Amino acid sequence: MEPRIGFRNTKSAIFKGVVIFFAFAVTIPLIIVLLYIIKQGIGQVNWTFLTHIPAPAGEKGGGIINALAGSFILVMVASVIAIPLGILAGIYLSENPRTKLAYYSGLCVDILQGIPSIVVGIVFYLWLVKPFHSFSALSGAIALAVMMLPIVIRATEQTLLLLPPSLKEAALSLGVPYHRVILKVIVPCGFSGILSGITLSIARVIGETAPLLFTAFGSMFLSTSLVKPIESLPHIIYNYATSPYDDWHDLAWGASFILLVFVLTLNIVTKVITRKWKIQL
Amino acid sequence: MENPIVKAENYNSYFGDNHVVKDVNISINKNEVIAVMGPSGCGKTTFLRGINRMHELIPGATSKGKILLDGQNVFDMNAIYVRYKIGMVFQRPNPFPNLSIYENVVAGYMLNGLKISKAEKDVIVERSLTSAALWKEVKDSLHKKGTFLSGGQQQRLCIARAIAMQPELILFDEPTSALDPISTSSVEALFHELKANYTLIIVTHNMQQAARVSDRTAFFYMGELVEFDDTKQMFTAPKDERTQNYITGRFS
Repeated sequence: MEPRIGFRNTKSAIFKGVVIFFAFAVTIPLIIVLLYIIKQGIGQVNWTFLTHIPAPAGEKGGGIINALAGSFILVMVASVIAIPLGILAGIYLSENPRTKLAYYSGLCVDILQGIPSIVVGIVFYLWLVKPFHSFSALSGAIALAVMMLPIVIRATEQTLLLLPPSLKEAALSLGVPYHRVILKVIVPCGFSGILSGITLSIARVIGETAPLLFTAFGSMFLSTSLVKPIESLPHIIYNYATSPYDDWHDLAWGASFILLVFVLTLNIVTKVITRKWKIQL
Repeated sequence: MENPIVKAENYNSYFGDNHVVKDVNISINKNEVIAVMGPSGCGKTTFLRGINRMHELIPGATSKGKILLDGQNVFDMNAIYVRYKIGMVFQRPNPFPNLSIYENVVAGYMLNGLKISKAEKDVIVERSLTSAALWKEVKDSLHKKGTFLSGGQQQRLCIARAIAMQPELILFDEPTSALDPISTSSVEALFHELKANYTLIIVTHNMQQAARVSDRTAFFYMGELVEFDDTKQMFTAPKDERTQNYITGRFS
């Protein structure tokens, strides 16, 4: 029986068309959201906006410096906690993939990744806020660190697993002790992958509001103390956006725009790092 | 025959319950080139990796018996020190991809955290690359990454890296099996030069290579050291029937 070549070709062409259409279609919502935030937000951004704390209700002007500083501190402290822990755990998982401990900690990492961020917030409220009777930047940073951990761990693990075992053998055969093999050869060779995991994890948590609601809480003032409440970008957006004042809504758009710029930059940096710094094996 | 550099006494190695190297006794002298040949899975590589205790890095791998390095049992020594003393070159060239050619040569010093001056490094790099017959080709690109070299050059870089540590003994695990014929002959030519200063043990599944490069040849079969003799003697008049069969190609 002769296959109907013409009909087959038509079917293939239709299929290809459908696939291309949907590949294009999924980018539309993203583009619309981006354009809308840029349109609403970019007009709000000026020097006062970036360097002043919020104005009291009813007064004109005011800015988001407290939120910028707060987000910066929260992310920095969270990174200081999550990055070393995440890399070390990732090293263990990639080095000992067949052990029981690796199986269970891998499982925990997956579950941790799936825990809703609001739940993380409540847990750290109970553990770190209630006992001290005060919201604090530190509790917020720890909550964010917990959200960063799974991403850093998995990125480290996956990157290091891809390195050929011959690399480790080369170092071991030179009489290099195990810890130096890992720190001087394996980790540097997987550096771009680990770094891109770190930037991705920061991009992920910089926009998190839920874990901060019960921990860092928010503050109208510029604070750098780790034991006092602190403002953050997502939280200031939430506060401004749910307020009854129109000029506060405008400030929320401005803050959203800034947050978007951060997240986009981090994502682009990640892409560049993976491409440029990738070590040719 | 006195003062062998490596001497194995009733050496056995295992992967779990799998007995891979059986009761090997062998004595290797200084400045000899020894070829270790045999069919796939005969335990030749496992034996080689026993000498510098790389074997035991594989989960479940164990060994019994003695291997004496300059009269001292390697199993009584610190494994890291044993590997530091013995050079090794692997099947596939494995220069460190994050390091330059220069850094690759002195990697043994750098990675071990040994402090040596820039001048000393320069000397070591030039001397090692010259011994590895690579200096002329790379002297103008020492600070490029080692992975930009061709396969044969990379393998010679790995040899330079091993030589840089000034080992007395260098182990080669099928060093040319991943190389093209031209690179292979450049590495083989090197063996003849290295003989003056080093003892070489070369695992190969290529009989012609064993015949070309070695002084003495060890033939492994099913984990046993069947025959160990002058290379010429072995290839012209082997004593054991199994060696004869292998050399004449009745099994491989």
